[in-house]
Amino acid sequence: MDQAVRELSYAQAIQEAMAIALETDERVFLMGEDIGVYGGAFQVTGDLVERFGADRVIDTPISELGGAGVAVGAAVTGLRPIFEFQFSDFATLAMEQIVNQAAKMRYMLGGAVSVPVVMRFPAGSGTGAAAQHSQSLEAWLGHVPGLKVIQPATPHDVKGMLLAAVADPDPVMIFEHKLLYKTKGPVPEGYYTVPIGKAEIRREGRDLTIVATSIMVHKALEAAKTLEAEGIDVEVVDLRTVRPMDKETVIESVKKTSRLLCVYEGVKTLGVGAEVSAMIAESEAFDFLDAPIVRLGGAETPIPYNPELEKATVPQVPDILAAARSLATGSR
Amino acid sequence: MAQAKTKDLPAGANLPFIYREYSAERLKQALHKMYLIRQFEEGAEESYMRGLIHGTMHLSIGQEASAMGICMPLTNDDQITSTHRGHGHCIAKGAEVSKMFAEFFGKTTGYCRGRGGSMHIADVSTGNLGANGIVGGGIPIAVGAALTAKRLKSDRVVISFFGDGANNEGAFHEALNMASLWKLPVIFVCENNGYGMSTSMARSTAVPNVADRAAAYAMPGVIVDGNVLSEVAEASHEAVRRARAGEGPTLIESKTYRYRGHSKSDRNRYRTKEEIDDWMTNRDPIVRYENELMEFGIIDQAGIEAIREAVAKEIADGIEFAKASPSPEIRNLERYVYTETV
Repeated sequence: MDQAVRELSYAQAIQEAMAIALETDERVFLMGEDIGVYGGAFQVTGDLVERFGADRVIDTPISELGGAGVAVGAAVTGLRPIFEFQFSDFATLAMEQIVNQAAKMRYMLGGAVSVPVVMRFPAGSGTGAAAQHSQSLEAWLGHVPGLKVIQPATPHDVKGMLLAAVADPDPVMIFEHKLLYKTKGPVPEGYYTVPIGKAEIRREGRDLTIVATSIMVHKALEAAKTLEAEGIDVEVVDLRTVRPMDKETVIESVKKTSRLLCVYEGVKTLGVGAEVSAMIAESEAFDFLDAPIVRLGGAETPIPYNPELEKATVPQVPDILAAARSLATGSR
Repeated sequence: MAQAKTKDLPAGANLPFIYREYSAERLKQALHKMYLIRQFEEGAEESYMRGLIHGTMHLSIGQEASAMGICMPLTNDDQITSTHRGHGHCIAKGAEVSKMFAEFFGKTTGYCRGRGGSMHIADVSTGNLGANGIVGGGIPIAVGAALTAKRLKSDRVVISFFGDGANNEGAFHEALNMASLWKLPVIFVCENNGYGMSTSMARSTAVPNVADRAAAYAMPGVIVDGNVLSEVAEASHEAVRRARAGEGPTLIESKTYRYRGHSKSDRNRYRTKEEIDDWMTNRDPIVRYENELMEFGIIDQAGIEAIREAVAKEIADGIEFAKASPSPEIRNLERYVYTETV
């Protein structure tokens, strides 16, 4: 049966996914700071506490480490917690539980347990919240075997990937760019999943591959429109999952276009695009390259407060245009 | 303390808690397990010295009454989280020593299939969710397990073992606060052996007793002599009762002592030989328990000898099982990182 499709915001899509999970699976519950009557710092949980009660939409004290540990313990013993960090930056307070416990418990115990915990991280810059509320730390967690790390870019994907995360037996970390919360897009009603570990080609093209993550997918698509008018045919790959990375889709795209531009908001050095670049350099696609790989990532600085400085910290559409033009005509 | 002679008194009067609560059979089993813990530790230490076990280990010799007493009121369905000094908890909760040795030897027949070793020893089938290499790491996890117990309306309680060192970790404070706030069926058991590695309580902790900190989280804080089995079991019994009745958590501070160093690299420069000798000679938990059992006519010297011999055989068999077991294959290195989907 076809599911009706409506326009929903990214935040509404997350909320709908959580409502479906709460309705259909007694084991599911939400935990986080101010996710109850307040509705979450970004109004993602909204009125879920009224619908499902305070036992299943649990306001925690401001205790990120302890809260994350409680979620891990509940997951190991049979529940399906969805833990919201108020800002992804606060993951730094809970790294012990995420990295040492959630990620490793199954391995350390030789497969005796699984840790089906979902953690949600509102991430990224552009809100004027400065250095401690604007970071993109997906590469930190992407570095840890045992975790799955995703960055859905559209309302459709965030709903489907969140439901896939709840169904997943292992810990899944969802990085949600805060500027995406109000963006709208088509979202089917009811239950569906979008697979973790599968990239999506957002736009097909012949001349150049842009591998982008999260909000950068939208910037890349905007740039691709302008470039089309200039006769540059761009393929945009939405990576969607940082770990496990869909190497095959990226390799096939680069083999077709022979040029690769990586665009990501996290700090450029040792970031997600660094991994994509290295992966291509090691792959059969390397022989197909007609020009050196180019990366556009976050500046080597904390996120500044001043709005002009803040914008300059992360790749913007004009940066993508300039890099793509240069790359499309460059050669090695 | 037990001065009374059972035979001169009406049944049960004035006897320490465990002699009123448990059958002679259970009491003898407890002695058996305490010996099992001690001889396991000695067997592990010897195997380490002979190069059969690599890495490091943290031995709990001297702390047997603490592990055993806490676990006495528990069922197989109850759960524990443990610490880097976790061999005793694992045995007290019901694990088989053969599979523990196999784990230490890095074999596929070990509880963690050779992936965890001493520091991550676990037996989920008897409710042990695992030792932990991070001080305080298991405390919030125990609270999460207790949240599950409450949500599923099960009768289960969860014990979080940790040492005195962990009481200065943020995780301890965050976890106790949430457990009390939500009245969860969890019991926090601090095995205070006097030192967090080399740093004494006096040099690390602003209050004289870890149990004093219970007041900050509105839960009972109970101090027991961790080398007296009955005292530990009695405190555990009451805490378990509270937890099962929905009255919330308890913090038990079990004051004890480890005979060996912190780990295999310890040169014991932070404590005196006299101090160690005093604990070993005058306060040994097994000797004290044996004396009580004999005093109350529950066991005699021959019975004790029989237990020691049975345990020695169990240990020797366990080590042989470990030696004979296969090692994991390199090609399976990445197994168990993620859950295999069928």
